[in-house]
Amino acid sequence: MLRFAFNRLLQAIPVLLIVISATFFLVHSAPGGPFSADKAVPPEVIRALEAQYNLDQPLWQQYVSYLGDVLQGDLGPSFKYSGRTVNELIAAGLPATAELAMYAMLVALIIGISAGVLAAMRPNTMQDYLPMSAAMLGICMPSFLLGPILVLVFGIHLEWLPVSGWGDIPGDKILPAITLGTGYAAYIARLSRGGMLEVLSQDYIRTARAKGLSEPLIIFKHALRGGLIPVVAFLGPAFAGLLGGSFVVETIFQIPGLGRFYVQAAFNRDYTMILGMTVFFATLIILFNLLSDMLALWLNPKLRQQAGGES
Amino acid sequence: MDRLQAMEEKGSSLWRDAWIKLSKNYLALFGLGVIALLCIVSLLTPWIAPYGYEEQNLMLGATAPSLEHWLGTDIFGRDMLTRIMYGGRVSLMVGFIATAVALVIGVLWGAIAGFVGGRVDAVMMRIVDIMYALPFMIFIVLLMVVFGRNILLLFLAIGAVEWLTMARIVRSQVMSLRKQEFVEAAYSLGLSQWTIIRRHIIPNTLGPVIVYTTLTIPSVMLLEAFLSFLGLGIQPPESSWGLLINYGVETMEEYPWLLIFPGVTLSLTLFALNFLGDGLRDALDPRTSKD
Repeated sequence: MLRFAFNRLLQAIPVLLIVISATFFLVHSAPGGPFSADKAVPPEVIRALEAQYNLDQPLWQQYVSYLGDVLQGDLGPSFKYSGRTVNELIAAGLPATAELAMYAMLVALIIGISAGVLAAMRPNTMQDYLPMSAAMLGICMPSFLLGPILVLVFGIHLEWLPVSGWGDIPGDKILPAITLGTGYAAYIARLSRGGMLEVLSQDYIRTARAKGLSEPLIIFKHALRGGLIPVVAFLGPAFAGLLGGSFVVETIFQIPGLGRFYVQAAFNRDYTMILGMTVFFATLIILFNLLSDMLALWLNPKLRQQAGGES
Repeated sequence: MDRLQAMEEKGSSLWRDAWIKLSKNYLALFGLGVIALLCIVSLLTPWIAPYGYEEQNLMLGATAPSLEHWLGTDIFGRDMLTRIMYGGRVSLMVGFIATAVALVIGVLWGAIAGFVGGRVDAVMMRIVDIMYALPFMIFIVLLMVVFGRNILLLFLAIGAVEWLTMARIVRSQVMSLRKQEFVEAAYSLGLSQWTIIRRHIIPNTLGPVIVYTTLTIPSVMLLEAFLSFLGLGIQPPESSWGLLINYGVETMEEYPWLLIFPGVTLSLTLFALNFLGDGLRDALDPRTSKD
């Protein structure tokens, strides 16, 4: 297990290097320099700016010094917000995004797993069709549509919940969390239904039934652990999706988080900011994929043996 | 010759079986109907749209649905039905073309990896694994920022992201196919590898490929709408459903229909495509059950 984790960590290093290099060269091959978009600036000012951001050096030299900086955890200065570094901006945005992602994940897991388990307990009955149709609805209702509709209904018409903000008014975190979590709840519902159906047809469940165990005991004690493996394996990719989803949700609800910063940086063509945040996101996502793989491994002894044998 | 005929008959009965199964699945048929209708409307839009695409009426402004404007008008007095029809052309086009890009890359990649096998396969699938771990949403935003926001790039960027699962599916299909006798026979007849891949392997992987293609279209359309909503996808004067939803959100308090109609259209389309995909999976692929 530890060896598997170590191997996977080793594999993550070249992946990260590829991501950093690809992003770096992509950003630096952008047509037009970062300062050319603004009004006419005297050439000596541009030269001074370029010297400040090392843009007057050859590309490979910039690349090497950037890699060195990233290794030390320094993602460089922002082009647009002079005097601020990418690290500072990430530190400012991360708490809100992390909190939002956590609540959304909670919403997704609680609703998704209960719907999936309920559906799997009585397949092909109303108890199956209703939650699964709702799940389909959740998949086909993108967050940028669901969010505004929730705002319209609960924020503006019923006036039950605040329509925007983050941590200013009590209850302003509810709508964003639901908006972001619903799509994933739907996926998790489908995955956990599939996983549970498979597990519930296994011999050891029949044995448990034959022993006369009650249905809840069978579900919670015996079936859930195996049935939720697909869900656990999905958590890593889901986390990546949550980051992407936070772009929209943070824009809709005006939450000062990473997603909103990223979109703003994209509009401002703030190259260092985009570069730095991409590197940061990639690292996070690779870490979370690793974690979710490890968790799946821990839950499934069969897989554990395979992985142990391979490495 | 006899054997060839027998194979053809078996092939056609497989497809007929699939069609019979599909035609019993009302949700899938409903999906198929909606998609067909949308395609026809999109093709005919320039002739059947009630108003011209650039026709505005500033005096009129935003009005609720009425007999003249079935879905109302936006703040420039533009007919919403017309806007949604033209937007649908772009949304569907992105959906189909980007999916086609993903299809070509994915099928070729998977077929080559599965067919050649060995070290080539290991390297190619390792690349797929690595790309799975990348934050693609972020990558597309990056591409759109760096190279400007043009539609062609959007097709390529989305297509370049969505081929991974396709490659995996095709590879596993091909792995099992290449051990079969008719492939050996093709080898002994002296056909080149490329011809074998093209004539024998790819046609036999068609079932799962069709299923997954149908399921890729909605996710591609969603991605396009997502980017357009953020202002990083389709740019005005072009229009798409994602962009219309974006505009709708800005004025949703005063004119909710500007949000609701494009939203419902997009959701309904995604619904239809997903139902059709699920139905096709049940019909074409007996091994994978409906999860």
